[in-house]
Amino acid sequence: MSDAPMQAQQPAAGAESEPVLTVRNLRAWYGTMGDPVRAVDGVSIDLRAGETVGLVGESGCGKSTLGRAIMGLLPDGAAVAGEVRYRGRDLVGLPQRDLRSLRGPDLGLVFQEPMTRLDPLVTIEDHFLETLRAHEPDTDTDEMRRRSLAALAGMGIPPTRFKQYPHEFSGGMRQRIMIALALALNPKVVIADEPTTALDVIVEAQILQILADLRRNFDAALLLITHNLGIVAETCDRVAVMYAGQIVEEGPAREVFTEPAHPYTRELLRSTISLSTTGLHYIPGAPPSLVDPPSACRFHPRCPNAMEVCARKDPIEMTPGAEEGRPREGRVLCWLHGPADEIPPGGERPLERGEIALAEEA
Amino acid sequence: MEQAASIGSEPRAALGETLLQVRDLRTLFSVRGSFLDRLRGRESGSVKAVDRVSFDLRRGEVLGLVGESGSGKTTLGRTLLGLVDASGGSVKLDGQEITGLGEGAFRPLRRRLQIVFQDPHASLNPAMTIGEAVADPLRIHGITGDREQARTRVAGALERVGLQPASQFMDKYPTDLSGGQKQRAVLARAIILDPDVLIADEPVSMLDMSVRAKILELMIDLKRELDLTYVYITHDLATAKFFCDRIAIMYLGKIVEIGPADEIYADPKHPYTVSLLKAIPEPDPSRAVPRDLPRGEVPDAVTPPLGCSFHPRCPRAFEVCGWESRDLRALLEARWTRMPEAEYRAEREVIGSLEPLDEPAMSAVLEPASGHAPREVLELIHRLRADAPDDPFWKGVAEVRERGGAVAIRFHDGLEPRDVEAGRSRLECHLYDPEALAAAERARNAQRSNDRPSSDRGVAK
Repeated sequence: MSDAPMQAQQPAAGAESEPVLTVRNLRAWYGTMGDPVRAVDGVSIDLRAGETVGLVGESGCGKSTLGRAIMGLLPDGAAVAGEVRYRGRDLVGLPQRDLRSLRGPDLGLVFQEPMTRLDPLVTIEDHFLETLRAHEPDTDTDEMRRRSLAALAGMGIPPTRFKQYPHEFSGGMRQRIMIALALALNPKVVIADEPTTALDVIVEAQILQILADLRRNFDAALLLITHNLGIVAETCDRVAVMYAGQIVEEGPAREVFTEPAHPYTRELLRSTISLSTTGLHYIPGAPPSLVDPPSACRFHPRCPNAMEVCARKDPIEMTPGAEEGRPREGRVLCWLHGPADEIPPGGERPLERGEIALAEEA
Repeated sequence: MEQAASIGSEPRAALGETLLQVRDLRTLFSVRGSFLDRLRGRESGSVKAVDRVSFDLRRGEVLGLVGESGSGKTTLGRTLLGLVDASGGSVKLDGQEITGLGEGAFRPLRRRLQIVFQDPHASLNPAMTIGEAVADPLRIHGITGDREQARTRVAGALERVGLQPASQFMDKYPTDLSGGQKQRAVLARAIILDPDVLIADEPVSMLDMSVRAKILELMIDLKRELDLTYVYITHDLATAKFFCDRIAIMYLGKIVEIGPADEIYADPKHPYTVSLLKAIPEPDPSRAVPRDLPRGEVPDAVTPPLGCSFHPRCPRAFEVCGWESRDLRALLEARWTRMPEAEYRAEREVIGSLEPLDEPAMSAVLEPASGHAPREVLELIHRLRADAPDDPFWKGVAEVRERGGAVAIRFHDGLEPRDVEAGRSRLECHLYDPEALAAAERARNAQRSNDRPSSDRGVAK
């Protein structure tokens, strides 16, 4: 939306490694009978080697669409614009054939439902050999087998079960097999879309621990898409918070969670019920429709800090803390962080509005 | 704005008389074997989805049934409602036995027992307006024939759940509503008959984070206004902490620990409860705790572990917890997973088939592979023990010896966990059962006197 300088406001990359994948002003929309659903609306994000980035947001905020748009995996009827740059190539608009050869060895994907992604008639061994053979026809079978076993072992799957069929494994093991299958090709970028959502809490914690360990001895960039803030806090280096198709805040996970810059991040954290929660909080209203999102800042109808400018002008991407003279790493899309000279006179007055009718609420 | 519902500080209403008394309740599902199994005349098994469960539900309380998938919590809820037939035991509503009643006899009771399901999208008929859906229970129970009267009653229920003004929602279809609004409509339908007990099966887990608290708050209000008693079924210990007066932790069909919510969270006793609490991710970085997770996953309910069902994953399991052959296989596989492939192959080729271990037994026999001597298998077992001497598995091993060209491992006799009291909780765990602790002591003593004369053949030190 805002065509504000995206990179300019970000801290200088300096010592940080070059991003493996850069997304710039990406848009993705689905055609419907009526107006299009703008699921991703002007998203920019960088993924660096060896780094785990959490992409959080509520259902319908566009986070899964963003993951699929990066991989070029959107269904027919969806359109994409913007730029996804990987190793000097723009993946947007690349022919399917080229994309297909990138998926696997370069871009790995882990889906939510592990049960539906493994062929019930094919052993785990053959799943691996087939995958490796398709992408690396020159590798000999022994080497493939060795790498497969190593990938499985990294996920805690015993070598004795290499020749078994998917139905002989539990849901958690199948998901670990899926992750191992994605990692066996040593992809540079892995996108994991709610990889543990269908699993039980202990198994989820086990898999997250493995993912956290992987980060240390594996140099892929991992984008972890989830609605669970606790998972991000415990496994991610950076976090991007998505609301109504846009990234409203991004920064180091620890800082974003201890000192959220965007009111939505703050309210979302407060409404998350964890063991240490002492009171029930919620955000009034419901996440907006992406067919006809609210004007200007999309969170303004639900935002406790909304000002008049929030309903009238698109917010500009800023460095959090910059207005107070102590800039932090990251970016935030919110008028509370200025820039002051862009706010029209009187724009800082609290937004007058009728109480959100309970009927409008979820 | 964000309203803080001070449930914690609210004085709890004095709990009333027992509304539901559940004793030794069992629900079995028969499992048909494969076509081949039937041809071979193998017996089909059964799953004990609910396995001898007992508890009281007192008027006005919120009881949480907490467990992972496959723990039997949902089946228990359905059995209470007569949606699934109990295979044994008893459920009494105000002293009246309600298991074994036919549908005809049960139906009037459903006015008193209502359920809310997890998925609000699937709970509402897409072809019915919200008004029709909420009025449906009135029609089914033949309560009010008068259209106008019914409409007034439906409007009252809708307003009560916050769908105001009701006239705006009456004629809408489910697709016009958000997830939270749908769950409100489902709640309206559940309360329209003025029930005593509401069984809520994961009522907020499909909802967005930002609206979950709102539905929980609504349920708290409804409970107060309508004198409801809740059974809250969930996998989420964090919401249960807020919502429940008492918590029952379920694992493989059993209640393994039940007690007042504050005690369960402040002083969890069953090792499974401890693990569940440790596994919850914490969004506040300053509170994140290092993890120490149990290994493995919930086992197959068709062939549950012997003794205590949790023993294969339990960090504190000891002699009498029910050690068996499958635990040896798990131990070997865990070791091999961590080994470089060449070392794994070297060890694996010493042993013949691992399949005999899959048949649950209190002893395990490992045959050497052809071309290998039993001595090599014995050495492998000793190596296993030397590398991980603190694994609870070794507490369960009574004897390892070479016998008839193979290596035989005998485990201590396992005990079925009994219902014991600890603090204000009741649980099924040998760690809190003096008899089980005494039995373990006897087992250790017997092993010591056994080992002495034959230490050369016995377990490695």
